[in-house]
Amino acid sequence: MLRDITIGQYYPADSVLHKLDPRTKLMATMIYILSLFVFRNLAGFAAVTAGLLAVILLSKVPVGYMVKGLRAIIVILVITAVFNLFLTPGEPLAAFWVFKITEEGLKNACLMTVRLIYLILGSSVLTLTTTPNQLTDGLEKALKPLNKIGVPVHEVSMMMSIALRFIPILIEETDKIMKAQLARGADFESGNLVKKAKSMVPLLVPLFISAFRRANDLALAMEARCYHGGQGRTKMKPLKYKKADGIAYLAALGYFAAVILLRRFL
Amino acid sequence: MSIILDKVNYFYSEKTAYEAHALKDVSLKIGDGEFIGIIGHTGSGKSTLIQHLNGLVKASSGGIYYNGQDIYDADFDKKELRGKVGLVFQYPEHQLFETNVFADVCYGPKNRGFSRKQSELKAFAALRSVGLPEGYWYRSPFELSGGQKRRAAIAGVLAMEPEVLVLDEPTAGLDPKGRDEILDQVAKLHRERRMTVILVSHSMEDVAKYVSRLIVMNRGSVLYDGMPKEVFAHYHELEEVGLAAPQVTYLVHELRRRGIPAEGVATTLEEAKQSILRAFSEKHGNGKLSGAAGMFR
Repeated sequence: MLRDITIGQYYPADSVLHKLDPRTKLMATMIYILSLFVFRNLAGFAAVTAGLLAVILLSKVPVGYMVKGLRAIIVILVITAVFNLFLTPGEPLAAFWVFKITEEGLKNACLMTVRLIYLILGSSVLTLTTTPNQLTDGLEKALKPLNKIGVPVHEVSMMMSIALRFIPILIEETDKIMKAQLARGADFESGNLVKKAKSMVPLLVPLFISAFRRANDLALAMEARCYHGGQGRTKMKPLKYKKADGIAYLAALGYFAAVILLRRFL
Repeated sequence: MSIILDKVNYFYSEKTAYEAHALKDVSLKIGDGEFIGIIGHTGSGKSTLIQHLNGLVKASSGGIYYNGQDIYDADFDKKELRGKVGLVFQYPEHQLFETNVFADVCYGPKNRGFSRKQSELKAFAALRSVGLPEGYWYRSPFELSGGQKRRAAIAGVLAMEPEVLVLDEPTAGLDPKGRDEILDQVAKLHRERRMTVILVSHSMEDVAKYVSRLIVMNRGSVLYDGMPKEVFAHYHELEEVGLAAPQVTYLVHELRRRGIPAEGVATTLEEAKQSILRAFSEKHGNGKLSGAAGMFR
């Protein structure tokens, strides 16, 4: 049931992207997102598309699997497109009743839709090729300098990785409790809003209790292993840049430069 | 009255990178009033199998028939089925949610559409039949001990008055006393109400003691299906799939290897005792028991 949610979930595969340092991938994703807001003509669009396609092919994640993730944002896409189409002032192309479609509106609608789709696809490449733990490791290391101005980087990243770690567990737990209550004749679907909300009680109470129980167990287990925060903590697998990371940085920067140049001169 | 599974296949996370073939062509006929044990190593498909029995999980292919009716028919009442095939999950105490035990046990029958009074009567009978002392009935379920919580949760399923009771490792994490009490009560329900009972267990001793038919699952398919004695005779094969026979089966076998003519495949303590007594009485002549054999008396 619930375990079939796949948006941005790590997809195990043996590709160059999977092996890159998470910091490299984070940085490249940032550059990519910036580039999405830089391009505005067809040449730029072609460059961004080429970049995205190259990365998707490199990741060895099935394209269909990736596109499935887009279903979640269809509503947002439609709303954005419609608003841009009708509410951008400019030269009218067609008009009926109080609505009018302008040339600029049409352009904007296309641009924003493409940007949003590319944004989701591009950033899902990051989460599809990087496990949540690698991701938080990368964030921790990349943000380490902030420690000097008093930001508890380690603690925040630990909280993040625990939270991420518990999402699948809680989903599984929800699934289990849901099934147990269904087996006792529970009905989560029919009835009006009040009845539906009420039917959630037999699901939520056990879920909360189990979440607290797990949190308690985890805290105890961490304390039993002398966890005391980030002070002087070392890693079993410290992050190290390799040759591939250098190449990836160069490629990302080259791509960004190309997108900027295309905007300037075309 | 029976449950028939016809070539049931089930895939987890179908068509994704995590796809797993959890059940492979499982065909079974579960007759009325049977006491069936299901054993298998972790991940062999036991839990998935039993979740098919009340329609919680829909088979990827194959059919399931309850009393001759296809449970995947569009007009088949799944809710009714869940009342008739009562499923007690592993660690069922994790599903308790009401402010007191009695109200929690009433949840099932209320969902089945019984009136408040009828639900309460059924809850009363269910709590009685699991042997939870009346002093605990109106306490918060979270104040109870592990074994008592487990009983309250089992009562929650029994209160729906199912025709088939399916228990997924009902004794996991309980002490020996709690384990025996719960299993004895289940056996009593089977005996007195002619209820069909399906017991999933990791304990070979437990299944040997209670069930009359044993199904062994391995990697999603049925490896053996027969009387416990027949199944445990294959203990070499069972060991290969990560299982074992009851301790006494090994004992009798070892005795025979060392030249003591203890016969048959013993699966329970009582059978082993009889087998060993016979071996000694043959050795020393009828009626003249002495030494070690005398101690068994």
